Amino acid sequence: METTSHDVLLVGGGGAGLRAAIAVAEADPSLDVAVVSKVYPMRSHTVSAEGGAAAVISPDDSLDAHAYDTISGGDWMCDQDAVEAFVREATEEMLRLEHWGCPWSREPDGHIAVRPFGGMKNERTWFAADKTGFHMLHTLYQTSLKYRTTMYDEWFVTRLLVEQGRCQGIVAIQLATGKIHAILAKAVILCTGGCGKVFPFTTNANIKTGDGMALAYRAGVPLKDMEFVQYHPTGLPFTGILITEATRSEGGYLINKDGYRYLQDYDLGKPEPKPVLRSMELGPRDRLSQAFVKELEKGRTVETPHGHVVHLDIRHLGERVIDTKLPFVRELCRKYENLDPVRELIPVRPVVHYMMGGVHTDIHGATSLPGLYAAGEVACVSINGANRLGSNSLTELLVFGARSGKAAAKYAAEQAEPAGGLLAQALDEERRLGEVLLGKANGRERIAGLRDEMQGAMESGAGIYRDAGSLEAAAGRVAEIQERFKSAALDDRSLTFNTERIAWLELSNMLELAEAIIASALARRESRGAHQRTDHPERDDGRYLAHSLAHRHDGGGPRIEYLPVTITRWPPGERVYGR
Amino acid sequence: MASSITLQIRRYRPEDEREPVWESFEVPDRPEWMVLDGLNYIKDRLDGSLSYRWACRMGVCGSCGMVVNGKPVLTCATYLSALGPDPVRVEPIKGFPVIRDLVVDIEDFVRKLESVKPWIIREKEKPLSEGEYLQTPEQLAEYKQQAMCINCLLCYSACPIYALEPDFIGPAAIALAQRYNLDSRDEGTEERMDILSQHEGIWCCTFVGECSVVCPKDVDPAGAIQRYKVKATTDWFKSVLLPWGKR
Repeated sequence: METTSHDVLLVGGGGAGLRAAIAVAEADPSLDVAVVSKVYPMRSHTVSAEGGAAAVISPDDSLDAHAYDTISGGDWMCDQDAVEAFVREATEEMLRLEHWGCPWSREPDGHIAVRPFGGMKNERTWFAADKTGFHMLHTLYQTSLKYRTTMYDEWFVTRLLVEQGRCQGIVAIQLATGKIHAILAKAVILCTGGCGKVFPFTTNANIKTGDGMALAYRAGVPLKDMEFVQYHPTGLPFTGILITEATRSEGGYLINKDGYRYLQDYDLGKPEPKPVLRSMELGPRDRLSQAFVKELEKGRTVETPHGHVVHLDIRHLGERVIDTKLPFVRELCRKYENLDPVRELIPVRPVVHYMMGGVHTDIHGATSLPGLYAAGEVACVSINGANRLGSNSLTELLVFGARSGKAAAKYAAEQAEPAGGLLAQALDEERRLGEVLLGKANGRERIAGLRDEMQGAMESGAGIYRDAGSLEAAAGRVAEIQERFKSAALDDRSLTFNTERIAWLELSNMLELAEAIIASALARRESRGAHQRTDHPERDDGRYLAHSLAHRHDGGGPRIEYLPVTITRWPPGERVYGR
Repeated sequence: MASSITLQIRRYRPEDEREPVWESFEVPDRPEWMVLDGLNYIKDRLDGSLSYRWACRMGVCGSCGMVVNGKPVLTCATYLSALGPDPVRVEPIKGFPVIRDLVVDIEDFVRKLESVKPWIIREKEKPLSEGEYLQTPEQLAEYKQQAMCINCLLCYSACPIYALEPDFIGPAAIALAQRYNLDSRDEGTEERMDILSQHEGIWCCTFVGECSVVCPKDVDPAGAIQRYKVKATTDWFKSVLLPWGKR
């Protein structure tokens, strides 16, 4: 087996991974840094983010205001020390990206322009038209080329190597050759993104299968707050393509089948012609997605061949504003819906978008396993609490990518060379992967069929509204799918670019995460943010002002423990929007 | 809705066959389906061994470029139905070695992208404490078009020069160099010129313009290359005629 070694190894080459890689290189130029990613970095899902990235820059804004919006938006589940660090370092990180060449949209005088965003009391969302994630990712990728980092592009990590209680490397499949390699490292940072593909209808790319979450989980690291799954209120039907919140911050309306701005019926304020901050269409995503379900129940949505929708109306913004501020929205509507939003209504419905939960880390990105770090959507620091605000996640991957890079660099510099026992573990893993490829000759189950069933179980049991009955049913179905997964069939026995073996590994990861999501949701008998239990409709700070930690254990469901939320200056209060 | 459409796919399994072969699959003909949906139908239900790349399914990650009925396109943004009822032919993009089925080896492109130094080059970096570099919307508009490249490589597939002259840096990489050259924050034009003014840089291009025709993001690499040639020529004349002056 081929073995290489580096000082710090990044798993995942999206926004957080590239930012972390640069941070390591800058913190300690003597360290040898490598990035291993299952896709070329510019394909990572950061590329799809549209609306913008939040950081205080206007003179009438303040760090406290950004912190308060984030904390109340997260229904008081955010760790406030983490949020304070986040808002404090956000602006410098965004400026750094400007210095690296990110094409931020500008005011006429050349200063950075900002736009309003959902749940934000001030205008603080930096944007690059409506392709913010695309420009941030390409800027990071291109800048990272300066640092001569070793890139393992299209390598899929299957296992963390843990010896003497420390994470000391990984095992990966090189897709092009099918060969199994061990890559040893003094520190490993997971930056693999979220797991939207656990659900059937999602804005997430096909690659968002939660690989890093599953790697950490199997290595004994708990997953935090997995019950909090964000539905974005405006996805295109059938494709699930995201229509950015910026459509609403620029002044778009959400209307039901009667042309009525229905959000006024859900304690989100009164309809005004111009957008009002923290009100109506600029409410938080959880509340807007929940309002859609209520409209559906009242029979006020529009039926289409691809499910019920409401309409997003941006016609009154006019062609000029749409082409300057929202050109990608127009491109997407024309290409994927055959409609022009300058003249027509956009059909939209809630769509799984983001995992608030993830690998449990401290505010430096460190996990409970020494040598293992995590940043970006894969991690739960937690700044997002029970509901992330739009435009905080792009900033998060910069701030916590940089933080974890610095922390991992410091840790790696203090470690001895990786231990000798790792190779035996790697050979074990090579044997297992060989069996995946060859041992499925008589399998009966198609991978895609099992994946579809898992996604269906999650949508019906653990969607926007859940209760004990729906979650228990989902748990039963997922357990049954896990059993059948043992006889999943592979058509592809070759080593060269075998994407089916990868799909098998991804599904095994997603099934683990599905169990963790369901178990965490079952245990939390209250309603908070994106976690709405119809059998426990109230928030219960007495019992649940605490993060859930899902621990994996063989031969049974996950074990759930709780960790108190860190409160510094904002005691729990009511979430108030539009009044 | 019982109608179907035939996808003829160029397959290559290096462990089993020496030469690529064509294989046909019947997939449902659905009005909302892209070519990529047809490929996914095959992989999920008919033959799990079909290999291809895809990720975002919204035309921005640049993974799923292929040659469909002879044209390089993003398969996630090309309606299948519109190409029927005749069989639709799907091949890997041209100009790159095929690894397997519809997957090509793009390492050559990645090396070329790196070679043009696609990052901000400045003599002196302004401290972050002094804030952003001012850039007016007009200055932004100077380079924005070239900043829209998604690295899908359709332009390389269409470029007749790259097919004949593998050392040619190629449309997307030159456009990216030009994106930084035109950025008001950058001072690296001269440094990049050393790489681009070699024969394999810009001078190979005979301005066929196919790259700009197939570009799904209107980056116009052909225009970027022409602009670069004009600048290189002017710089050369200036250096010969005005050797004492500032270039």
